[in-house]
Amino acid sequence: MATRTPLSRSIAAHAVLIAYTVIALFPVFVIVINSFKSRRAIFAEPLAIPTPDTFDLVGYTTVLKQGDFFQYFQNSMVVTCGSLFFVLLFGAMAAFALSEYRFRGNTLMGLYLALGIMIPIRLGTVAILQMMVASGLVNTLTALVLVYTAQGLPLAVFILSEFMKQVSDDLKNAGRIDGLSEYRIFFTLVLPLVRPAMATVAVFTMIPIWNDLWFPLILAPAEEVKTITLGSQVFIGQFVTNWNAVLAALSLAIVPVLVLYLIFSRQLIRGITAGAVK
Amino acid sequence: MSGVNLQGVVKRFGEVQVIHGVDLTIEDGEFCVFVGPSGCGKSTLLRMVAGLEETTSGRIHIGTRDVTREDPAERGVAMVFQTYALYPHMTVAENMGFGLKMTGHPKAEVAAKVREASRILKLDDYLARKPKALSGGQRQRVAIGRAIVRGPEVFLFDEPLSNLDAELRVEMRVEIARLHREIGATMIYVTHDQVEAMTLASKIVVLRAGRVEQVGKPLELYHNPDNRFVAGFIGSPAMNFVSGVAWRGGVEAAGLGGTVVTETDLPPGAVVVGLRPQHLHLAEGSTHRVEMTEALGGVSFIHLTAPTGEKLVIEAHQDLHAQPGSMVGLGFDAEKALFFAADAEGRRLR
Repeated sequence: MATRTPLSRSIAAHAVLIAYTVIALFPVFVIVINSFKSRRAIFAEPLAIPTPDTFDLVGYTTVLKQGDFFQYFQNSMVVTCGSLFFVLLFGAMAAFALSEYRFRGNTLMGLYLALGIMIPIRLGTVAILQMMVASGLVNTLTALVLVYTAQGLPLAVFILSEFMKQVSDDLKNAGRIDGLSEYRIFFTLVLPLVRPAMATVAVFTMIPIWNDLWFPLILAPAEEVKTITLGSQVFIGQFVTNWNAVLAALSLAIVPVLVLYLIFSRQLIRGITAGAVK
Repeated sequence: MSGVNLQGVVKRFGEVQVIHGVDLTIEDGEFCVFVGPSGCGKSTLLRMVAGLEETTSGRIHIGTRDVTREDPAERGVAMVFQTYALYPHMTVAENMGFGLKMTGHPKAEVAAKVREASRILKLDDYLARKPKALSGGQRQRVAIGRAIVRGPEVFLFDEPLSNLDAELRVEMRVEIARLHREIGATMIYVTHDQVEAMTLASKIVVLRAGRVEQVGKPLELYHNPDNRFVAGFIGSPAMNFVSGVAWRGGVEAAGLGGTVVTETDLPPGAVVVGLRPQHLHLAEGSTHRVEMTEALGGVSFIHLTAPTGEKLVIEAHQDLHAQPGSMVGLGFDAEKALFFAADAEGRRLR
């Protein structure tokens, strides 16, 4: 195989990648095309592309009429962005402290923070619910932001502390001699340098939060604080499911997270390849 | 402008003591070089002066101020690092002005100081560039510029030339010497390269294992070392050491082919004889075996093995035909021989 030309190798590589992309995107593709079809057409030929005959926006009109979908979108955005902000802020600060300062129990603290990666937060649902009831946070977005911040922190601390160890000590010391406070060093020197890692963490944190159904269902089921995933559930009944509406709602739900992903992805690619290329 | 004074400075990392009570005075405007092998504590000592390492005990004064417990920024020092440590997301001008900007100096003043530093270091063409678009030598110039802009009382250099290639190192060495003449501030410079130490320093501090071995002017250390370590460390190639015996009739060293001097005041017993390569020469005879010859053009270094197994290096200026493996004789300049105690400490015997 050593005689293979670079051209054929790149064709092979692309074929594999394209095949993977097709498989990965297929369900999304099916959801999007069916959201534009009438109910009959969805069941008659689920894989067909909408034609003038089968084209129907009834799903979208239902979604936009029934329930307050813009409210749901807004709730999801607030929860996701709020959680993301706190995860990145506190995660980066904890990671900086763990990687920069030598103190008693440093390693133990790092392990303790990383433990959260291995234990699913949902095991604590009952306790969390009791806590939220006791503190009167049930049916508020604050409850969700708090839970998701806790859920996202372990991975954030874990990934970011590794990256922060790579930031040169001399650089931080140069900052200290220049008279920067530790906060200044963190915000103006270290954070810009670990930006790709921050983007990686942001994407890994954001997607499960956006897609989560469990905690909104338990902690914030009230109409005015419903998230988009919970809001879509109204169309799934025990006996009848309004597939047009469900598919339309799901298609719409992809858009904001896609936009956020595109914002982070340029950084993300640099994060993944960091160290691989000089 | 002011000098630096260390009194009984000690540094411990947990149980391990790395600096053992250093006393040192560096005069105002002096160029002081800390030199020593890897791990001797020279960088740690510098970082203690900078305030980046806490001082376990002892006092550090800069000028008349006791700065032992002060933050790095309050000490009036600026530091140049081996890895340059430029802020990668800022331009050259921003890098140089950052410290002053952070301490709240007006923009116009910062800009003026950056211009002045860039004039001294000839960085005018690069002010708008990011560090990654600069070569190693330019980066180090920017790092020095950043130090100048802060207008410190003391400049600290932590092996600033170690990451540069040989040619640039020579260039930057000249530049740093010029800078010292132009600015006249007190400078402390850490290096393991004794050529840098010899050429730059007005005062050399030789360190070993966290202790000061000797302090003095470069040529003073070269001609008049206090102990075997300093004698071996200063000078390249290193001084030759041959074990010998002192008695009433003088000093004898088998490795040098017999009697070194016929009259001596040294107490009888084992000694170590030190002779620099330029004080040895080839002679008639066949006592020493040639191991190899390093011909550098103007000068050649001939590596020999004495009958006792001791290794010697000779500096020769004429074109010699000493074939590896052949046997030669050895002559030396007995007046230049230095004598050291044969114990581990290797104190100079005078």
